[in-house]
Amino acid sequence: MRFAFTEDQLLLRDTLRDFLAGECTPERLRELWETGTARSPVLWSQLAELGVPGLLAPTEHGGLGLDEIDGVLLFEEAGRAALAEPVVGTAAVGVPLLASLPDPAIAAAWLPKVAAGAARLAVGHPVSPFVEDAHVAGLLLLCHGDEIHAVEPGAVELTAQPANDPSRKLFSVAWTPVDATRVAAGSEGTALQADALDRGALACAAQQLGVTDRLVALAVDYARQRQQFGKPIGAFQAVKHQLADVQVRLDYARPLVHRAAHSVARGAATRSADVSMAKIAASEAAQRAAKTALQVHGALGYTWEQDVHLWMRRAWSLEIAWGRSAWHARRVAEALLEGAAPVESFGFEPRT
Amino acid sequence: MDLTYTAEQEAFRREARAWLEAHVPREPLPSFDTAEGFQAHRNWERELHAGGWAMVPWPVEYGGRGANLLEWLIFEEEYYRVGAPGRVNQNGIFLLGPTLMEYGTPEQKARYLPKMASSEEVWAQGWSEPNAGSDMANIQTTAIRDGDHYVVNGQKTWASRGAFADWLFGLFRTDPDSERHRGLSFVLVPLDAPGVTVRPIAQLDGETGFAEVFLDDARVPVANRLGGEGEGWKVAMATAGFERGLMLRSPARFQGTARRLVELYREALAAGAPLEPSLREAVVRAWIDAEAYALGTYQTVSRLLEGGKIGAEASLNKIFWSELDTFMHETALRILGDRGELLPEAPAAAANGAPGVGRWLDGYLFSLAGPIYAGTNEIQRNVIAERILGLPRS
Repeated sequence: MRFAFTEDQLLLRDTLRDFLAGECTPERLRELWETGTARSPVLWSQLAELGVPGLLAPTEHGGLGLDEIDGVLLFEEAGRAALAEPVVGTAAVGVPLLASLPDPAIAAAWLPKVAAGAARLAVGHPVSPFVEDAHVAGLLLLCHGDEIHAVEPGAVELTAQPANDPSRKLFSVAWTPVDATRVAAGSEGTALQADALDRGALACAAQQLGVTDRLVALAVDYARQRQQFGKPIGAFQAVKHQLADVQVRLDYARPLVHRAAHSVARGAATRSADVSMAKIAASEAAQRAAKTALQVHGALGYTWEQDVHLWMRRAWSLEIAWGRSAWHARRVAEALLEGAAPVESFGFEPRT
Repeated sequence: MDLTYTAEQEAFRREARAWLEAHVPREPLPSFDTAEGFQAHRNWERELHAGGWAMVPWPVEYGGRGANLLEWLIFEEEYYRVGAPGRVNQNGIFLLGPTLMEYGTPEQKARYLPKMASSEEVWAQGWSEPNAGSDMANIQTTAIRDGDHYVVNGQKTWASRGAFADWLFGLFRTDPDSERHRGLSFVLVPLDAPGVTVRPIAQLDGETGFAEVFLDDARVPVANRLGGEGEGWKVAMATAGFERGLMLRSPARFQGTARRLVELYREALAAGAPLEPSLREAVVRAWIDAEAYALGTYQTVSRLLEGGKIGAEASLNKIFWSELDTFMHETALRILGDRGELLPEAPAAAANGAPGVGRWLDGYLFSLAGPIYAGTNEIQRNVIAERILGLPRS
């Protein structure tokens, strides 16, 4: 029993944090909004050099061969930087899905390209009517009933669905399932879809931790500088206590997210419930952080120029992505109250 | 990261479970805030001690088991699973004990720890005074040196377990000309000393869990001082930090409550009780937060075992568990609906087919003290804001 990360895991996290602090700045994100795609091929290839797209891909396909316990720290960093690149669809969900398909030839054909940064992935899942980042995907993995299809961009018609967060690119995808694109079906397809959902929700939960941490940091910085009544507004308890409450929610969301990463990495029977609990808690922390950071910044926070809204909008969109909190709460309720899926009470009712 | 137990840890769990199942009283003991219940709980502590389970993480020479903090967590899980009695000497074993280990002389450790572990001596807290609550540095009770004794004068209040305890620990002003945090010393006071008068105070739940303690020229040996003269604040902060953050409320307590809440909801649903739809979400939320608290504690223990320390984050912990405890009991009372206000002796308390009212109301009243004792949650929020977030002092 050791509920902690290794030095190597923390080092990899620090590397990505430092890289993103320099390369994924608010100014850069705003510049990308003005491009058609809001995505940066340059940034993506730099991320590929760090191994991010292929972090979960096997080493024989050019990946880092790491697991979700390593990954959870990296996704937190993506949230801290409000990174807009398709890390969830590609690195968190698409890569392990390709690697788990019954026909290994598909993984062999695509994973090296994905790991090298030459192809990005998008995943269409029944939990959402939209497909994120379909506009930059080299391959789309689309669910149809219990089937999964690997579809190339030429075979789909995309309709953009502009969203509140200028960095978030959502699309309706029109396509026709054919035998040639079907890569999984039946109980195998269902299991892979469930697995994809857990991985997507976990990556969003991890990003919410980073989003929350950044929002608190922005609000604290501002509260230390901004003077009213002759002192920094952060000296007033009305401000302090709101921020302290966000910190409490953040610090108790984090262990749930880390446990969920462990459960997914180890294929624990409880992983679905664990992931849902993590996403609910992390999203709650992020929603509260968004409101509090805005309030602390006052009218300045309500401007387009101030950067608070970058993370505020990300907190909102990540709450929706890969199952809203209400969806996950229903899933936990069904597991906990109706026995629909295994639930663990850590240590107290251990499943050993 | 490895979230599985070792074979040794599993064996430890089995051993603890077997002992507890064989020894825990079949019927719940009366509240330890009654004279009869206090004695019954003291007897239980003696039994725990005889079995070697009273203080799992303490060194054997002080009446402990010499186990590590992970094994302590496992013991706590088994303790709450079987519904064992509350720890009447928690002020001693969870708060003063660890402080003694850090600041006590060898003589003091040998003198106090073994009798604490066996609950031959049960401890009360003496922090608050009528004019020193959240503002604890405003302590006015004096302990003035006279040869090898201190002469103590003043009044302590809200002394938890004060009504029936044997000893009291707290802060006293040993330098009468000092102000605020300076000039305070941490002193151990026998409650049967001449000049000490204990007046129990009836609590919100009607019982006498705390007391006022009047000190009128009470003479206490200088040897009863813990740490240096005038260094009491530092010693008190240690008491308030590490062990309050970890030991006072172990996670299994709340996981046990969350489990009972789930069962209550299911029984009420099965009995056709009219449950508001939002209750379902409340039960889920309670479960998630109890899990979060348990997992957070395991992370903390993993860190401590590798040499880490607990600092200001004890304040995050205290807010989280105290608010969770209240929330869980409020949810239970909402599930009980119109019977939520009934005492267990009410004829309708055990309804036909529906779950009985149990001890939820009692638990709710007790939970309401959580955001107040051990430093109000407002004080904890200040600590988080200033010492964790780095906001300026008010």
